Amino acid sequence: MKATRQGYGDALVELGQENPNVVVLDADLAKSTTSYTFAEKFPKRFIDCGVAEQLMMGVAAGLAASGKIAYTGSFAIFATGRAFEQVRNIIAYSNLNVKLCPSHAGVTVGADGSSHQAIEDISLMRAIPNMKIIVPSDYIEAKTAVKAAAYIEGPIYIRLGRAALPQINADDYKFEFGKALMLRQGKDATIFAVGIMVAAALEAADNLAKEGIDCEVINLRTVKPLDKAAILDSVAKTKRVVTAECHTVVGGVGSAICELLAENIPLPVAMVGIRDRFGQSGSPDELLEHYGLTAKDIEAKVKQLL
Amino acid sequence: MHSELVEKATKIRQDIIKMIGLAGSGHPGGSLSCADILCALYFKILYVDPKNPKMKNRDRFVLSKGHACPALYAVLAEASFFPREKLWTLRKLGSSLQGHPDLRRTVGIDMSSGSLGLGISTAVGMAMAGKMDGEDHHVYSIIGDGESQEGIIWESAIFAAHHKLDNLIVFLDNNGLQIDGKTCDISSLEPIAQKWEAFGWQTFEVDGHDFNQIIEAADKAKKVKEKPSMIVAHTVKGKGVSFMENKVDWHGVAPNKEQVRQALLELGVSEDELDE
Repeated sequence: MKATRQGYGDALVELGQENPNVVVLDADLAKSTTSYTFAEKFPKRFIDCGVAEQLMMGVAAGLAASGKIAYTGSFAIFATGRAFEQVRNIIAYSNLNVKLCPSHAGVTVGADGSSHQAIEDISLMRAIPNMKIIVPSDYIEAKTAVKAAAYIEGPIYIRLGRAALPQINADDYKFEFGKALMLRQGKDATIFAVGIMVAAALEAADNLAKEGIDCEVINLRTVKPLDKAAILDSVAKTKRVVTAECHTVVGGVGSAICELLAENIPLPVAMVGIRDRFGQSGSPDELLEHYGLTAKDIEAKVKQLL
Repeated sequence: MHSELVEKATKIRQDIIKMIGLAGSGHPGGSLSCADILCALYFKILYVDPKNPKMKNRDRFVLSKGHACPALYAVLAEASFFPREKLWTLRKLGSSLQGHPDLRRTVGIDMSSGSLGLGISTAVGMAMAGKMDGEDHHVYSIIGDGESQEGIIWESAIFAAHHKLDNLIVFLDNNGLQIDGKTCDISSLEPIAQKWEAFGWQTFEVDGHDFNQIIEAADKAKKVKEKPSMIVAHTVKGKGVSFMENKVDWHGVAPNKEQVRQALLELGVSEDELDE
């Protein structure tokens, strides 16, 4: 069990060795984001901006405009919320090489409560031209995605989390930007999942199989751009769609799928996600249950469509 | 003294008026107030090459008060970064000269800006990059006094001093006015030089329309060690056009045809030239 944020620190150390242009910034959260591992090895290429996320994005933009590949930490709520306008008006507008990899996205932040739980970050980043979005499902995917981002031109948002997760991808897993990953083939319904909800989707598909319901499970991996061909192919076959995200349903992954389907294969979509509410304190498991983000919730949505 | 610069600055002011007049919108007041600083920078202070605008060891410049870009565009054209005819496309659809600076569209622009406060933070990042790479170029920026009400200005001030960024030289275009009125009436910044000093910056105060003072302060700032420099330039908003000077209404309004004519006459354009 490892958190996706640990994949960030481990990837940075490897990137630091292989690419002298990689610089890492944080905003007084280097221990939480795990960027401290890079700081220890490459102190001259690590910049702690203090508690100043807007400044961090501006400094990252200046570094990127000077030829650096700038990775920024912090928590997702501050990176995408507090510093939204820096990200939009400088980094994305000028297509600068800044990689936003904040941790603590979603309600699995737990006891810190709503102020520290980003549940609208995907919606915010998705609305910005030039921005690309990756939502890793486990440690391995996070680590490989963070490494891959160094070689993809322009700004990228990689959504990382605090909670330790089971490993669902193989040790020799290869991340492919812009490509969805088919995890299980089926004919009755497709479950499109991202992040921590991929494991839940697989569990739901297992449970439904016992009842004779055959689900396809697709880990989207890249939310922007979507792998349109893979999504449309699957939906053309199953004709039933469930989306799953630890994020608000307003403008998130479910919305992105709906936008694509509305223009191509219009059909009802059942969304598992946070229903236009704020988070709150609690343990991650309690919160996932409270906000309807478990395998059981996915199963119920699939059955609703049958 | 610097008669060549005075001449160029007058031409720049003429261009600012013509550009904004033709565009039908823009910010004449703040463009005119920092026009002399920009002339001093591009014609005396900055190490840049219009033929090689991305030259690695060039000095960088970020116009943090991005709405004053007509002045910057006019200076860049005068310095031959791009053809002068482009000036007359300001703010038009498809133009390389956007309403606020855009590094992807305009040759010679080192950083997109326009949203107040953001520019200086990127200049800080550029100065950090210069230090990391052991380069000896300087990074210059101009901020506004109204802009200084933004929190990120002070985040940048703390950080640049902490990192001893002596390759960073910032001018404050201290014209005393902002959109809604006098800066001192809305949310006063005084004593402004002392604030920057308290934040750990080397400060200088100059008349922002006196080339000797501007250039002398920049020369001194370049020699400062282990501290970023703030040159507080006292300026007149709308400088050079009598009916715009110190008038808050000229922050973001374009002059009409008659006003353009009157302004250009004041700036030394002859009746004959005007009729062309």
